[in-house]
Amino acid sequence: MVGRRRRDEEDGEPPRPELELDLHEGWIDHAVAAEFPELRLRWADVPSPPSRRTPPGLEQRLRVLSGRFAGPQAVAIRREPIPHAYRVFFRHIGLDPDTTRTPIEAVVVERLMDGGFKPQGHLRDAQRIALVETSVPVWAIDAAALDGPLGIRLARTGERLGEGEYAHDLEPGRLVVADAGPALGVLFGDLAPRAEPGAATRTLRLFTVQVAGVPEVHVEEALWQCAEALDAR
Amino acid sequence: MPVYQLDVTTQRPQAARPGGPVAPRPVAPPAPAEEHAARRALRAQIARLERDLADTVIEAFGRDRVPHRVAARGRGPRLLSLGDLELLRDDLAEKLREARVEVAERGAEYADARALLERMLREPERHKYVRLSLQDLGESGCGVYQVRPRVGLIGMLAGWWHVKLSSGCPLPGG
Repeated sequence: MVGRRRRDEEDGEPPRPELELDLHEGWIDHAVAAEFPELRLRWADVPSPPSRRTPPGLEQRLRVLSGRFAGPQAVAIRREPIPHAYRVFFRHIGLDPDTTRTPIEAVVVERLMDGGFKPQGHLRDAQRIALVETSVPVWAIDAAALDGPLGIRLARTGERLGEGEYAHDLEPGRLVVADAGPALGVLFGDLAPRAEPGAATRTLRLFTVQVAGVPEVHVEEALWQCAEALDAR
Repeated sequence: MPVYQLDVTTQRPQAARPGGPVAPRPVAPPAPAEEHAARRALRAQIARLERDLADTVIEAFGRDRVPHRVAARGRGPRLLSLGDLELLRDDLAEKLREARVEVAERGAEYADARALLERMLREPERHKYVRLSLQDLGESGCGVYQVRPRVGLIGMLAGWWHVKLSSGCPLPGG
C-alpha cells in the first residue's frame, strides 16, 4: 500500500515532491500466529539520510518532546493504552517489563536520566520521535543485507545471532525477526550485526511490531513519523 | 476488589484416601484445542492483572513503594507453555495482593494521622508538642505540623497553644 504526504517546506527552498511510503505486511510464522493472532509486523523501505548528524529542526523537536515527560508521567505511562498493550505483550512472551523495559518506557526513563532527549544521530533521533509521538517502536535494518520480506518466527535449533566469534547462540524457540535467511534480531531485542545500518547503507528498512490493543493507525503513523523525520534536512 | 477465578482446570492425580480407592486415575493430556483455549484464557487474566498492578503502583506513586516486580522465568522472548502462563498468572496475582495490602495498610496509617491532625487542630492544648509530618499524612513535601505555644514562654504559661506548619524542605547542606 503506497501512501503519500506533503513534505514540510523550508523557507527559500524549492518545493519537493510528496513523500511516498510503501507499507508492507510482514509474515508471521504459523505457530506464533496461532498464539498471537493480532501480532503483526509492518515494514517500509526509505532512503538512508545523507548525513548521520541530526538536522537542527529535529533537535528542536526533541527539545519540545522532552517537555512532555517528568517523573510522574514515567510511571503513569504504563496505564496508557498503547504502552499498556506492549507491557502485556511483554508478559505474554516471558519478559518482565520492569527489567526489560518496553521501548516507550525505556525512552522515557532515558529522558529522565539525561534531563532531556539529547541528539544521538539522525536515524536514532527519527526513531525516538516516532516512538514518543505514537508509543509504537520503529526499528531500522540495512535493506541491502536482507533476503526477502521480514517476518517473525521461532529460532531454530543451532541458530546463531550474527556471524564469527562474537555471534551468540539463540535458544531454540526464541522469538526472532527474520527474512528468508538466518535471524536478523531477537524480537524487542538486539539486531544481528549484519542487519545494523552503517555508513554504507543506502536504503533503510523500517519495521514495527503491532501487538493486541495497538490500533493500526498508530502503527502506520509511527512509520510515517520516522520516515518524515529521516527526510528532514 | 475483583476476584480472579481460575477458569483453567489443572488436572492432577487423585490422592489416595483411607478406605477409598487407591489407584490414581490416569490423567489425559489436554487436547491441543483445549490447551490453546486455556492459554488464551490465562493470557487474558495476565492482561487484567497487569492492568490492576499498574493501577496500584500509580495510586501509591510519590508516597509509598509497593512491591510490584514479577521476575521473568527464563530469558528472552518466547512462546510460554500452559505451565509457564499459570505460574506467571499466580505470581502476578500474589504480587497484586501484596501491593494492595501494602497500600491498604499505609492508607489506614494515613487515615489515623489525619484524624490525629484534626484532634490537634481542635484541641491543641491536649496535644502539646505533638509533631506530624506531611509524609505521615501521605502527602509530598517536608512540612511538619507541630503543636506549639503562642508567643513562646508567655503562651506556654498562659495555655495558649496552636498548630504550626513548618514550611519547605531543608536547604542542601543544612
